[in-house]
Amino acid sequence: MSTASVTGPSARLKWIAGVLVVVYALITLMPLLWIMATGFKTSSDAIAYPPKVLFEPSLEGYVNLFTTQTRQVAGQVSTPETWYERIVHDKGMVITGPSRYGERFMNSVIIGFGSTFLSVFLGTLAAYAFSRYRVPLKDDLMFFILSTRMMPPIAVAIPIFLMFRSLGLSDTHAGMILLYTAVNLSLAVWLLKGFIDEIPREYEEAALIDGYTRFQAFRKVVLPQAATGIASTAIFCLIFAWNEYAFAVLLTSGTAQTAPPFIPTIIGVGGRDWPAVAAGATIFLMPVMVFTILLRKHLLRGITFGAVRK
Amino acid sequence: MPETAMDRAASATPPGIARRVRGLSDRAIAWLFVAPTIFLLLAINIFPLIWTIRLSFTNFRANRPNADVEWVGLRNYQRILSDPEIWQTMQATAHFLFWTLFFQVLIGFALAWLINAKFRSSNFWTTVIVLPMMLSPAVVGNFWTFLYQPQIGLFNYVVAFVSGADPTSFSMIGDVPLAPWAIVIVDTWMWTPFVMLICLAGLRSIPESIYEAAECDRASKWRQFWTITVPMVLPFLMLAVLFRGIENFKMFDLVVQLTGGGPGSTTELTSINLKREAFEKWRTGYASAYAVILFVTVFGLASIYVKALNKVKER
Repeated sequence: MSTASVTGPSARLKWIAGVLVVVYALITLMPLLWIMATGFKTSSDAIAYPPKVLFEPSLEGYVNLFTTQTRQVAGQVSTPETWYERIVHDKGMVITGPSRYGERFMNSVIIGFGSTFLSVFLGTLAAYAFSRYRVPLKDDLMFFILSTRMMPPIAVAIPIFLMFRSLGLSDTHAGMILLYTAVNLSLAVWLLKGFIDEIPREYEEAALIDGYTRFQAFRKVVLPQAATGIASTAIFCLIFAWNEYAFAVLLTSGTAQTAPPFIPTIIGVGGRDWPAVAAGATIFLMPVMVFTILLRKHLLRGITFGAVRK
Repeated sequence: MPETAMDRAASATPPGIARRVRGLSDRAIAWLFVAPTIFLLLAINIFPLIWTIRLSFTNFRANRPNADVEWVGLRNYQRILSDPEIWQTMQATAHFLFWTLFFQVLIGFALAWLINAKFRSSNFWTTVIVLPMMLSPAVVGNFWTFLYQPQIGLFNYVVAFVSGADPTSFSMIGDVPLAPWAIVIVDTWMWTPFVMLICLAGLRSIPESIYEAAECDRASKWRQFWTITVPMVLPFLMLAVLFRGIENFKMFDLVVQLTGGGPGSTTELTSINLKREAFEKWRTGYASAYAVILFVTVFGLASIYVKALNKVKER
């Protein structure tokens, strides 16, 4: 600010506001930091009293997360060769194979990206049509699209469960992709319509006069202009699909199960293996945190459902 | 280059028709673009809804697909509305809704107001505050059960450290009087940033000139706050309450991972109760009627609320 505004907050007020916000931010960050820290603790450090803030980092949780283990049988123990075998060996266990975490994580990736691509693709087309053409019953359709988000997922899950069962879609990637696409479409259409509304029509009209067809004008003029909007919508769809739990826990069990219903089921030998749970959570939450920090400017509008412009 | 018959025919076609053929008509494009979306929403949202309504008049059970299905009329609805257990879950939901909205509005607005003072690095700290709401509620809720452990949990330790109580003397998710607050705390932690962001957008939409005019009229800061800031942010705040209200009425993932509805059924919100009826007891017809009632409730409350919101906006 070049000139001191008469109405702006004073320097002292700013300082107090800053301190209060930072204190809140640090408190709010504690549970997240605790998840990350617990992932690097040994199982005994994780359940120590008082809770340990300083500890010797260990990869035990991560090794437990990615492997299945069994107790060592005397006489059959081979000497550990790799660092992770040594960690397991020192606890009196032996690795029997990989765990299902990697698979579940990949399911999350496939279903997340698949549904995001589809919902953004279909959403862009619909949003363009709603923005540029006189579609009959436009307002009703837009409201209908929005109202689909008001239904509790469990309420919709009953018939979808039956429908998927008879179509052979239960517990498949395709079924989950279609389902998440349908759920995300409403948000995608609303957000994208807002972005496309802001692109001046004159650009397309100029292109049409230059001999472009409507399709070409859409592809070569509108799409590049809406790229930022499309990207931030995509992030939102991705985060939704990534975090979704209710449908995933009801409609998937084995092959297509995503990480959110899986992580809470991680248990260890003799009580919950909290370092492994924390390690799984850290790996799963980290991409979203990084996205949020890197793309904070573009995310605001999606969070507020496009209701708040700029 | 020799002209082919094709080229000659093409150049003979009037430009109007040529454009028609080359590009589809506007109407066709509009329908082509909208149709897949409408189709998918009809197939995965509306069709299931209609099916739910149909099922709600039957005694169908999804775990016995071959059993005879009887048409029972409105009996499912009668049983739900007279079931004391359901009224109890409605009460639990109302408690959860009221207090989460109360705390989120209070803290969210306060934070937005503080952030709007634009201190140094306020953008960075805003992003930090926003982090919890971006994360998977099920995964984070599951980890909160660890923080709530009586002996080893960080939450109990901090509360005990501040209050001087014994950290093992209370269990946030095990004690009947505390469990409803345990879910309120985690939901508030997670979703306050949402209310904050919308309030912040509201605060930033107030033109500086209004405050300058008030300053010229020698209105006190206190008065400016109540006569300018609050009324101008109110429509935004009400919108935030609408979104959070709908979301928390549907609440499932966070709470099911935190308490699973327990202890007893003290935190059994409607969605958790519905899940139990539909996917554990397999009373599909009954649960469908339940789902319809919930949907009508959300829709009705939301419509009344939107009317009130529009009135506030007009003022």
